[in-house]
Amino acid sequence: MNWTAIKSIYVFEMARFFRTMAQSFISPVLSTSLYFVVFGAAIGSRIDQVEGVSYGAFIVPGLIMLSVITQSISNASFGIYFPKFIGTIFELLSAPVNFLEIVMGYVGAAATKALFIGVIILFTAFLFVDFEIQHPLAMVGFLVLTCISFALMGFIIGIWAGNFEQLQLVPLLIVTPLVFLGGSFYSISMLQPVWQVISHFNPVVYLISGFRWSFFGTADVPIGISLLAIAGFTGLCLAVIWWIFRTGWRIRE
Amino acid sequence: MPTILDVQNLRKAYADGFEALKGVNLQIEEGEILALLGPNGAGKTTLISTVCGITTATSGSVTVAGHDIFKDFRAARTLIGLVPQEINLEPFERVRSTVKFSRGLFGKAADPALIEKILRQLSLWDKRDNQIRELSGGMKRRVLIAKALAHEPRVLFLDEPTAGVDVELRRDMWEIVAELKRDGVTIILTTHYIEEAEAIADRIGIIAAGEILLVEDKEKLMKRMGKKELEVQLTTKIDEIPASLKSDALRLNHNGTALIYTYDTRSERTGITKLLSEVAAAGLVLSDVVTRQSSLEDIFVDLVHEGDAA
Repeated sequence: MNWTAIKSIYVFEMARFFRTMAQSFISPVLSTSLYFVVFGAAIGSRIDQVEGVSYGAFIVPGLIMLSVITQSISNASFGIYFPKFIGTIFELLSAPVNFLEIVMGYVGAAATKALFIGVIILFTAFLFVDFEIQHPLAMVGFLVLTCISFALMGFIIGIWAGNFEQLQLVPLLIVTPLVFLGGSFYSISMLQPVWQVISHFNPVVYLISGFRWSFFGTADVPIGISLLAIAGFTGLCLAVIWWIFRTGWRIRE
Repeated sequence: MPTILDVQNLRKAYADGFEALKGVNLQIEEGEILALLGPNGAGKTTLISTVCGITTATSGSVTVAGHDIFKDFRAARTLIGLVPQEINLEPFERVRSTVKFSRGLFGKAADPALIEKILRQLSLWDKRDNQIRELSGGMKRRVLIAKALAHEPRVLFLDEPTAGVDVELRRDMWEIVAELKRDGVTIILTTHYIEEAEAIADRIGIIAAGEILLVEDKEKLMKRMGKKELEVQLTTKIDEIPASLKSDALRLNHNGTALIYTYDTRSERTGITKLLSEVAAAGLVLSDVVTRQSSLEDIFVDLVHEGDAA
């Protein structure tokens, strides 16, 4: 294992993050605050409790997930797309590093950034609503796993993308709808039976459900299945990345 | 000198069937400077990219100091430095941090003293905290060299280091290359400029259409180049060379209006004075005298055209 290389990539990527720290933090904090004002206060005051939790508190895990998933994907996809775009990727390809080391550096940094933002949003949420976290360790675990798995997905998107439009395409067309329809703002049990069944094909449902369980102890799907789903997703992304580096798809062509 | 880079029958075919490398064989000796000359699209960059791991090879083998670049890629790549043709740098990075990053990426422990030495050697020390975008084109190229040297490679590839660089900077670059050679670095550089190959290389390789046409000691090539032709144009046409003048070095041109004499500029006696007095003695009247030197360029063009015909 070339730990020096992993550390170099990680530190280099984090430096980019700290250079643009203000914009990295302000925009997610601002948009989350807006969600709380609109959904939590304005609309939420007219909604009864959901599964025994006030609506304002109920949407906290979903909002964190929404930001964390979006941030993980955009950080990681940009992180690897940018060197491809400006040509500095040659250095990475000619260095004595294997795919796992490259992934650990880039995905590690992207996941760290998303994690920072997730934690900041959690603290922002405390300013707006009262809630307790029943399973803090599980909460941290879910958060970290989500950051890593979606950063892996972002990494794949960054390698696949041929231009900046494509870089935005998958997050806009696939990820945002999946997250919004994955129970960020509602419980799956509130839906009609047929939509409940359809929702179970949405992988994000398992994530948000598990994450919400760590806060309130209630879940749409059993916690074990949530864990399996996220492990499976991480494994799938890793396998795709392994294949990409083995065949050189879109990077060594 | 032992062989440090050994390329055996290297092939690279793209998905559309285009063969960029058609079985390249190349042996580089430790400590030498090899200039790889070739027209655009000859496969120079593909060869370098394949050896450095940027593109995959279709078949063949490459070893660096005995390490296979595929099976033993860590050891092999640690020994190689690459200065690409394009100026690929992150515009907002600072000079020293990007060079430091390169060293780390190659798995070497941080060494600020070495980074300082490299930056000083390349006259970049004053610019160490500048952002890349603030530098001139020539300075950016130096940054690329500094990045390639940061992990102390034993073999350095320079892909057209002086393309689009002004004359003064080109001479600077040659000076840098000479210094690196003194430090014991083996250098393979590609170039369009024949004078560049003449100025700095120990050996010259010519590549065209994915094949190495020739690899030869520069001095030997220069000897071929050293041949010069003297054309003695005559006022009247002759059918054959007068018996008194006949020699292996002298021939008649195709329409009998000029004598062509081949000689070596480096020999002490070129025989020109003798020839001219003999021509006068033979009663021939001269209208003009022209000399021509066969250059590396001629050899190059001939070889590349032979390659085209094949």
